Amino acid sequence: MRIIKRSFLFMPSLLQASRCHSAPSSPAWRLFSAVASSPKVCIVGGGPAGYYTAQHLLKARSDMVVDIYERLPVPFGLVRFGVAPDHPEVKNVINTFTQTAQHKRCSFFGNVSIGTDVSVEELKKAYHAVVLSYGAEGNRLMGVPGEDLAGVFSARDFVGWYNGLPSNKELQPDLSCETAVVLGQGNVALDVARILLSPLDFLKKTDITQQALKSLRESRVRRVLIVGRRGPLQIACTIKEVREMINLPETNADMLPGDFEDIAEALKDLPRPRKRLTELMLKTVKVDDGQKANKQWGFRFLRSPLKVLSDRDGKKVAGIRLAVNKLEGSGEDARALPTGQTQDLECGLLISSIGYKSLPIDPSVPFDPHTSTVPNDMGRVSHTAGLYCSGWVKRGPTGVIATTMNDSFETARILLKDVESGALELSSNKAGAQEITSLLQTRGVRPVSFSEWEKINLEEVRRGEVLEKPREKVLDVKEMLDIAWS
Amino acid sequence: MSFSTGARRLVGLSLSRSSWIPSRGANTSSKTLSSLSRLSTRQQDLIRKRDITSCSVVQPLRSENKVVVNFINRDGEKITVKASPGDTLLDVVVEQDLDFDGYGACEGTLACSTCHLIFEEETYKQLGPISDEEMDMLDLAYGLTDTSRLGCQICLTKDLDGMTVRVPESSADIRQSDGSA
Repeated sequence: MRIIKRSFLFMPSLLQASRCHSAPSSPAWRLFSAVASSPKVCIVGGGPAGYYTAQHLLKARSDMVVDIYERLPVPFGLVRFGVAPDHPEVKNVINTFTQTAQHKRCSFFGNVSIGTDVSVEELKKAYHAVVLSYGAEGNRLMGVPGEDLAGVFSARDFVGWYNGLPSNKELQPDLSCETAVVLGQGNVALDVARILLSPLDFLKKTDITQQALKSLRESRVRRVLIVGRRGPLQIACTIKEVREMINLPETNADMLPGDFEDIAEALKDLPRPRKRLTELMLKTVKVDDGQKANKQWGFRFLRSPLKVLSDRDGKKVAGIRLAVNKLEGSGEDARALPTGQTQDLECGLLISSIGYKSLPIDPSVPFDPHTSTVPNDMGRVSHTAGLYCSGWVKRGPTGVIATTMNDSFETARILLKDVESGALELSSNKAGAQEITSLLQTRGVRPVSFSEWEKINLEEVRRGEVLEKPREKVLDVKEMLDIAWS
Repeated sequence: MSFSTGARRLVGLSLSRSSWIPSRGANTSSKTLSSLSRLSTRQQDLIRKRDITSCSVVQPLRSENKVVVNFINRDGEKITVKASPGDTLLDVVVEQDLDFDGYGACEGTLACSTCHLIFEEETYKQLGPISDEEMDMLDLAYGLTDTSRLGCQICLTKDLDGMTVRVPESSADIRQSDGSA
C-alpha cells in the first residue's frame, strides 16, 4: 500500500509555488514585498482559456486572486457545449478546471454577462488586470443566397443543440431526409457527420441530450457528404476524427478515387502528421469493396458553396450549388480558384461548418474586424494597459484544447511578467469582486457561485444515472438557476 | 498494477479532493475497479488496451525493485526520481509531483498530446509497440521527433532503469484544426 501524494495535477504545484515565493532570498519576493495590494485579476469567460489562464496565475503567485465571470450559470464553455458527447475522455480536463475553481483564491461568478450586466471599464476599475477569454460566439457565414432556408444550420447551432446549449434547445432539426451535406472539413464538421451516423446504442450512453437522441432515433439520414473548397492535402481535420469515421459500424466511406489520383506521389515529401492523414484517406479509397453498407459518408473536395437550392415552395433546402475549384499552388498554402463549372448536390439538411468567429464585447476594447480577434501581442491587448486576452479571442478559433492551454499559459506568463516589471500597476488597492457584486446587486443580477454550479452538476448526474448516462444536461437557464438557488 | 491515472483521478474527484488513499499493488484496488465501471466503455477499452499492450509485465512492489528515471524539464533541469515498475510515465509525473505545466490534460486516455516525451534512441527501441491511436495524438504534439512517445502509454520495466527522457517545450500545436477536440 502506498500513499499517492496527490490525486490531482494542480495542488502540489500550488504548494511548490508558494514555497518558492515565500523564500526570502528570492529576488522576486523582494519586489513583491514592496507592494501593498495582492494582485486581483478577473477573467471574462469560464471556458478552457479562462480556466487555464487562472490555473497558471494562481500557481505562480501565492497572493494572486482570480475571479472568473461567465455568462451562463454553468462553467467550462466548449468543453461542455463543444466537445462531442462521444469524446468523454477529452472532458477529463474538467477535473483540473474544477480544482482550479475550488481553489480558495479563485471564485466563479456565473450568470453574469460582461458587456451587458457589467462593462469592461467597470471591471478594469475593480481589478488590477482583466483577461478576455470569452471565445468565439459568432459564425462565419457562407455569404450565399438561400442561407436562411429551413434545414440550413450552422455547425455551432447544431453542435449546441445536441450538446444542450440553452440557446439552441429549440433548434429541432428536421432529420427526415436521406442525404446531409456538411460544408467544411474541420473537426467540427466531422463531429457533426459522426453524430448523424453513429449507432444510437452507442450515443445513448453519452451525455448527448435526450431530445437530440430522440430526433436522431427518428432520423432517416443515411448519407453525409463533407465538402471542402480545397483538396485532400489541405484538409483541416485531424487524423483521429477521420479514423473514427472509418471505424463507424455499418457505414462505408464513399470517396471519389479521382480526387486522390496524384496524391500518392506527393506523400513522400509531407511532414509526418499530414502524411499519415493522407495515407489513411488513400487506404480508405482503395478499401472500397463494392459492398454497400446501410450508411455512407464521404469527402467531396474542391467545391465552394454558390447557392442553397430550395424545394418547390421556396422554403426548405433541397440542395446546394457548388463551384468546382482548382488549386493554385500546392501544400498548405494552396488556394482554391473557381473553374467556372458548377455542380448541384441534393440534400435535405445542410450544415455549414466553415468556422467560428469572435465578436466585440465592449466598445472600449480594441477589436480587429478582419481577423475577428482582439489585437494583442502574446496576450497583451494592444494599447490598453491592464487588459489581456487568451484562447480564441486572442488567436482565432483554431486548434485543440492543448493549443488553448498553451496560449493561455502564455498570456498568464506575460501578465505575471508585467506584475514583476511594474508595468502592471499594483500600488492601489482594488476591491475586486466586492465592487462588482454590489454593482450587480443594484442591477438585479444574482451570480451563480461554483458551489451553486455543483448543485446543478449533481442534479444532472442524478438525472443521467436514471438514463444510464454520465449526465443529462439541464437545457433551460431558468431551471439551472432554480436548481442553483434551491 | 498500472490502472489509469485517469481512473484514479476520477475516483479522486468523486471522493473529494484530499482524503483518498488508493491501495495498489498486490491487492488490486477495489476502488479502482469500481471506478472503471463508471467510465464509458470506450475509456475502459482504452485502459484495458493499455494494460495489455504495454503493461503486460506486472512486477511485485518492493522497494529494491524501483526504477530510476531522469527527466529533463523544459528549463533543461534534470530531475531524478525512483518509480515503480508497472507505472506509466504519466503516473510517475503525477505521483512525484513533477511540475510540468499542463502535463497529462486528458488524464491518460489518449485524447491529447500533452504528456509527450522525447526518449534517447536506445531507450526508444526498448519501448513497447506504438498504436495507431497514440501515433494520431503524437501527430498533434509540438516538437515531434522520431523518438517521441506519449508518457501515458509507456509502462516502466526494470530494463528501463536509468533512462533519461526529455519534456519538450510546450507551444501551440503544429497543426491548426478548427477547434473541436
